[in-house]
Order: sequence, then C-alpha cells, then structure tokens
Amino acid sequence: MTVVNGTGTREVGRSRTRLDAREKLRGEAMFTGDMEVPGMLYGRVLRSQHPHAEIVSINTSAAERMPGVAAVLVGRDLLDIDPYYGHAIKDRPIIAIERVRFSGEPVAAVAAEDEATAEAALAAIEVVYDELPLVDTIDKALDPSAPLLHEGPIRPGLFHGLGNLGERDGNIGYRYRLESGDVAAESAGAAFVTEGEYLFPAVYQYAMETHSVIADWKPGEIAIWASCQHPFLVQAEIADLFGLPIGAVRIQVPYLGGGFGSKSYTKMEPLTVALSRKARAPVKIVNRVEESMVTSRRHGMRCWMRTTADAEGTLLTRESRFWLDTGAYMDNGPRVTATAADAAPGPYRWRAVDIDAMCVYCNTAPSGSYRAFGATHLQWVAESQLDELARRAGIDPLEMRRRNLLRPGEPVRPDGSGKPLDADLIGDVERAAAAVGWDDPKGPRVGRGVSVGLLAAGAHPVSRASVRMRADGSVEVSVGTTEMGQGPRTVMAQIAAEELGTSSDRVRVLGADTRFTPYDRSTGASRSTTLAGKAVQNAAAAVAAKLRETACEVWDVAPELIELRDGCAAFGDEQMEFPEVIAKRFGFSGGEIIEGGEVRPTGGDSGSYAEGPVFWEVCVAAAEVEVDPELGQVNVLRTATVADVGRAINPQLVERQDEGAFMQGYGNAMFEEMVYRDGELINDNLLEYRVPRIQDLPQRMTSIVVENEDGPGPHGAKGCGEGALAAVPAAIVNALGDAGVPITELPLTPERVWRRLQDLSEPKSTEELT
Amino acid sequence: MTVEFTLNGRQVSAPAEPNTLLLDLLRDHFRLTGAKRSCDVQVCGSCTVLVDGGPVSACTYLAHEAAGREVLTIEGFSELPEFEHYASAFERHAAVQCGFCTPGFLLTLKSLRDAGDLETEEDIRHGLDGNLCRCTGYRAILEAARDIGEVAA
Repeated sequence: MTVVNGTGTREVGRSRTRLDAREKLRGEAMFTGDMEVPGMLYGRVLRSQHPHAEIVSINTSAAERMPGVAAVLVGRDLLDIDPYYGHAIKDRPIIAIERVRFSGEPVAAVAAEDEATAEAALAAIEVVYDELPLVDTIDKALDPSAPLLHEGPIRPGLFHGLGNLGERDGNIGYRYRLESGDVAAESAGAAFVTEGEYLFPAVYQYAMETHSVIADWKPGEIAIWASCQHPFLVQAEIADLFGLPIGAVRIQVPYLGGGFGSKSYTKMEPLTVALSRKARAPVKIVNRVEESMVTSRRHGMRCWMRTTADAEGTLLTRESRFWLDTGAYMDNGPRVTATAADAAPGPYRWRAVDIDAMCVYCNTAPSGSYRAFGATHLQWVAESQLDELARRAGIDPLEMRRRNLLRPGEPVRPDGSGKPLDADLIGDVERAAAAVGWDDPKGPRVGRGVSVGLLAAGAHPVSRASVRMRADGSVEVSVGTTEMGQGPRTVMAQIAAEELGTSSDRVRVLGADTRFTPYDRSTGASRSTTLAGKAVQNAAAAVAAKLRETACEVWDVAPELIELRDGCAAFGDEQMEFPEVIAKRFGFSGGEIIEGGEVRPTGGDSGSYAEGPVFWEVCVAAAEVEVDPELGQVNVLRTATVADVGRAINPQLVERQDEGAFMQGYGNAMFEEMVYRDGELINDNLLEYRVPRIQDLPQRMTSIVVENEDGPGPHGAKGCGEGALAAVPAAIVNALGDAGVPITELPLTPERVWRRLQDLSEPKSTEELT
Repeated sequence: MTVEFTLNGRQVSAPAEPNTLLLDLLRDHFRLTGAKRSCDVQVCGSCTVLVDGGPVSACTYLAHEAAGREVLTIEGFSELPEFEHYASAFERHAAVQCGFCTPGFLLTLKSLRDAGDLETEEDIRHGLDGNLCRCTGYRAILEAARDIGEVAA
C-alpha cells in the first residue's frame, strides 16, 4: 500500500480541489433560476398584507382577462384534492383557504408569459379581508383568551419522526418534556443558584439564492426542478398531495445557491405545481428576497432557565421552560423543539433535569430549520449560566467545564436513552481556549469565553447510493445529496475513489434526480458525509469486489491477494487496468459494473446507527472580545472553533465549512434580527437585515480540525458544519460576560450593550444595599 | 427601443424598454446567467458585471445606461487569458462553495486589480465589502484575493 498522505489512504484525507469549482468560477453552473423549460410560464404570488384575517372574497376576473395571463390560482381551485401538507403536521394549505394566518401568506398566484405581466396581474386581483384578532407574539398566543390559529385533531405528516405528536393545547402546537431525577430535592442543598429570562430573535438564513421552482404538471405525472435540500421528502409530499404514486413525481435538483436549512423540507413546490396544474403548462416561480424571508426563518424564542451547583462547583440541577415561535404553520417546529430540549442540559452530568419545551403558533411567517437549530437557541443560554455559576464559585470557567463535562461513553440524555457521548469534549474545549490565549494577561474591558454543546445530528439513517464503473474505467456516483456549497460531490468522489483504488479525477458525482438517483432521506443535520458517504463507500466496495472477482478468474488466485490501485487490479508483478478487467469480465469491449450500497439503522464504522442520534455533533468555540463602554461596541479580537470530525475526508473543505458556520454564528450574535411590527416583518430586505460582510471578518480566527476517528461514517468520519454556529454566539456572550457585561438578549447591538452598561453602572438603591 | 453596446468584446443590439434592467437583459435576452439575482437592492453583489471596467450592480442598472459602453460578464471574463490567475487562486483556497456569489467576486476583484486597488489587506476588505457570501465566512476569499493581488499576508 502506497502511503500518500501519511494515513495510508490516497484520496481520503487529501485536500483535493473541488470538482465543481471550475464550472462555478466560469459562471456555467446552473441553478434553478437559470433554467428554462420549453413552453414555460412565469409565476408570481399575491401575498396577504394582513397577518390574520378571513378572506371574504377574491375577484380574479380582471386579472384573468389581461393579455398574456394564462391562469390565476386561488384556494377554491383546490377543492378536488386534500390541499394540506406539512412533513411534521399537515396544517398548511397549498394556498390560503378562507383565512390568512401570516403577513406574506400566498392568497393567489398568477401564471403569465413573462414576469412583468404576472406582476401586473397581481395588482388587478381584488381581495376583501375581514381582520381577525392578532396573535403576533408568544405572549399573546399563550393568553387563554387568544383566538386559536388551528383547531381540530392534529394530522401527522409523513415524516415527523417523533413518535407521538401529542395533543394541541391552545396555541401550543407541540410540547416536549425531558425529565430525570427530583429537581426540588437535588437543588435543596445548592450553594449557588442562577436563574434568568432570555430572548432570542428570529433570524433569516439568507441563502444567496432565493427559493426557486419550475413545475410541470401533467395528468398522471409531475416534473419539478427545485432548489430543495430534501428532494425525496418533497417527492413523497407532492405525490401525497396530488394523489400520485411516488415514482410519478420527478424532482431534479441542480446546484443550490446555499441552503442552511432554508430549503429543507417542502417550501414553494406545492404552490408551483398547483399553478402549473391550473395553467396546464410548466411554470417557474423564483422568490424575491422579501418573499423568501416569509418562506423560512429561524424560530424566535423566550426562555427561562435555572441552574444550581454545590460549593465545589459540581453541577446539581438544570430546569428550563422555553417557547419557540413557530409562526402560522408548523414546518419543522416539532423537531426544532425536541432538538432544543436535547441541547438544554448541555453535555454535563446532572443529578436532576426538568426541561419543558413548547412550540407555539403565532401570526408570523413559518419558522423552519436553520443550521444547528435548537443547539443555537439553547447553548448561549445554558453556557452563560454555567459561567455565572463559575464566577460565583470563584472557579475558572474552563476548570468548571473540566469538572462537569461528560466523558466519552457516558450517557448524554439525562434519562440515559440514546447514544452515549462519542467525542472528547474536554480536549476540544481546551484546544479552543488555548487558541484565544486563555491564560494570557488581559487588558481592561477585555473578556474571554468558551462554550461547549452538543447537537443531535444525522436525522434518520436511511441513505442509498449506486456506483457505476464504465468500460473505460471512469466512474459515476449516484447519490441523493444536494450540492449547496458544502462539497459533497467532491467528498463522495474521494470516498468512492479510495475504495476503488482510482483517482477522484476519474469520478463524476451526479445531482439528485429522483427518477434515477437512489433514495436519500435528506441533506441536512450534518449527515451527508457520514450516512450518504457510507452508502457510497458500501456501493464502491461492492464494485471493487466485482473487479477482484474477475481478476481472480484471470489469475486464479484468492480475492484477498488482489490489490486495487492506480486504476488497476494488481497481484504481485501482474497488473490489469480496469478497462481490461471489465473487458475480461464480459468478453467484450463494452459492459459495466454497477452496484448499490445502503445504510439503515444498523451498521456504521464505530458504533451503530440503531440508537439515535447518528452522532453527537460537537459545538465548541472560544472567543476574546473587547468592549467600548462609550459606544457599546463589541470587538471580537480572537476566536476559535472546533470541527471535531472523526476523520476529515477533505481537510480544507472541513475548515471552510467550519469558517462559514463561524461567520453565521458571528452574524447571529452581533446583529442579525428579524424585526416585526404587528405581525409584519419590517426589515424584509438586505438594506435593513444585515448579514456579515468581509469587513466583519475578525483578524484572528482559528478553525481547529480534530480527528479522533471516532465517527460512525466512512473512515471514522462524522459530520460538521453546524457546531460552530451554535457555539460561537455562546462563546461571544460568555466573553462579554467575562468583560463585565452579562447579556440575556441577542443580538449584541451597540445600543443593547450600551444600555446594559448603563443599567450596571446605576447606583444601587438603599434597599439593595442593606 | 433598442440598446447597442459591446458585450464581452462583441458589438450587440438588443430590444430594451426604458425600464429594462441590465440584469434582465443579460439573463433573459442573451441567456448569460452567470450574473445572479439575489437582493435586488445593490447590496449583495451577486449581479455584479463590469461596465467600462468598473463594477456595477446589474440589478439596479438600466440597460440603456450601458449604451455605447463595454460590458463584461463572467462568461466573457472566463475566456480571457488572465482569468486563470483568478480562478486558480480561488481553487487553491477553496474560495468557491455554492458558487452563487462567485462570479460577482471575481469581476469585482478584476476591477480592483486593474485599477491598482488590490495592493493591501485594507484594499481587499474595502473593495470586497459590497459582495456578500454566506458560505465561506470570507477567509477563503480573502486568502484568494491576496494571491490575486500579490498582497503579503
């Protein structure tokens, strides 16, 4: 075996250039919005300006008469089907039916020969609304007198994956409890107690590419091109909605211009299909940014938490109650709620835990998935309480963590269920702390913080792949993973090439086309390298076995003596290039070897996929900040994030993923916030919703790649790319706390920090002094 | 109405209303889809093209403003010999991820370098502040830009 990169592998562990780089650099990579289908019409959507209203009437006649308009779709066009969808809970109509529940909800859609005509037709549609009482905040939604946004029995969706969804309780659409031990008894002797209320704003994922769909409905067959992360889940939901067998719905996914969860599950596809059905022609809908901002976002949250410790700083109990604003429809709310509850205790040993997580319907745009959801919500709250206890106990925050962090093999969930810890968290956080000069002398108004958390990663472990070697020795990998920037086409090629003893230059990885591509549950939850990658490895190994089998027939030796390397089968001094092997196999200059591979809830390299999660993604970061007390400005001086990936298939891509997650975490911590007034999003554009720019890049930022080969994926790999987003706001908040400014509300705008500084410097009242 | 200009080195004439945006003309009429539509308010830089060598946001630039001028899109730039200098730097540093913002970054970098405004770290940070990327976290792009401008780290 030739040792190429010091690890005995040729492809795995090598930072090879992205296979899709050149195409993207030249501007040739096609995204859904760049595509045209013959006879295609352009769709535009009329969206409600009222957050909560009855639709009294819709008059579309003037719009329908306009030259160039092919069809106008409204709720009454869907009476022949069951128009409600939602992968978790079927609570959302394809288009508003009799009632609108959020500002921005589609009430009508026009298909016309061009966008301008469609846009003009929207203006000709007359909608009469009768406004309903507004339930635009969590507090209003929880009021016993609040109108109910949804009534009747819960209708489970096809993919909620949560066992029992329970019952609705007023506007609480889903509730998740996590309890172990007796909190009252265990906290009775606590030496230190910290308790607080925390607010986390809704945030927009802002993938550069907005949601885009082309749909072509024909009787008995639907073709879709979409910017979707989970084509197979969308395929099943569309089939369910329009009464077709799953295979009659074909979804093709070109390159995505970023996703980050905003394109998880079903988004604009049902509406585009319904409009195509009405127009009897293919229709393309490309959202504008303000439309995408009401298509997906991250849940805003209100959280109460109390944590106790004994005199030595040993943690005793953690209690938390929190409410997530899921908006008008559930989308991924239940899973986000459960994941947030999982993240609430953090990776620590507790005597008792009591977590009560609630997902609340409000008259706001639906919230869905956003990178590291749940963990991002809770980690900054949980970790700031840990620092608070450490401060009171006079213990260094890093030492506080050493004393209490779980060690590999210990149960993560307080009730002992699920996968035990599969990572070296103490090692990870020590490296991060060292990278920001943890023990260096500090100037005034400078603070340092660390944060540690875990994210239940991998979603459901179902992925398939096929690997095909052609007669010329070139290889195609067919796998459902969506390429949205994270690099799976490159990484899958490396995994397959490693197994086959060929170069990844000889491998092509195709985008998902549900007609041909084997099933993959989804692209998200940091799962692709681990699960789809394992399926690719298994499929490639099966192809390799066939190559060996044929070589055995030729040389009459045992298969284990055959080595595959450099595009050849080799035995001693003998070698045959792959095309020759294939020609020998078939006695002909054509033919191919094609094999499938799968993962299901068994198997995996180290440990099994049988008990969830597939792996615990590590969320570790450290930060050093400086506060300007005059301006409230927080300057992030040094940061470190940890990508604990088991094994880096492509180290450079791992770093880039980690850095990208860092920057989003930075934006989330420092300034990103969706601002609502009376249920309406008032900063629905890039002028007023600020995302990080290159000027925001800190001067000193370290991405630490940790490879302990302890993951259940190929070569001991496990996923990354989300952890830093959860960890960074927490580390920055803790660094700010260390600098003397404890914060309970994000983002850390200068005004908020300045006001907090004023509160802190106010002289205490006499009552407090006595 | 028609508008005449030089597009990627060729004289072209195209139908354009007074309110036609250059971005729509390029994407819909010429099928040059390398310039992307994202924010619509000239903040994100995804639609950047060069007009007479300077970067413009094609999403808010009228097609008629380009009359008699030279427009360069990523499709034209990628045919020029110097493109390799830019592309190889982006490949070396893995500065391309989803690829949606990439053409805008490359064209902006070309205009900066051609104008002699790509000589310091500050030049890079200032010059690229009008191009958003949500994937990379910018460090990769910064490193590639250093190589392109031969800026010492």
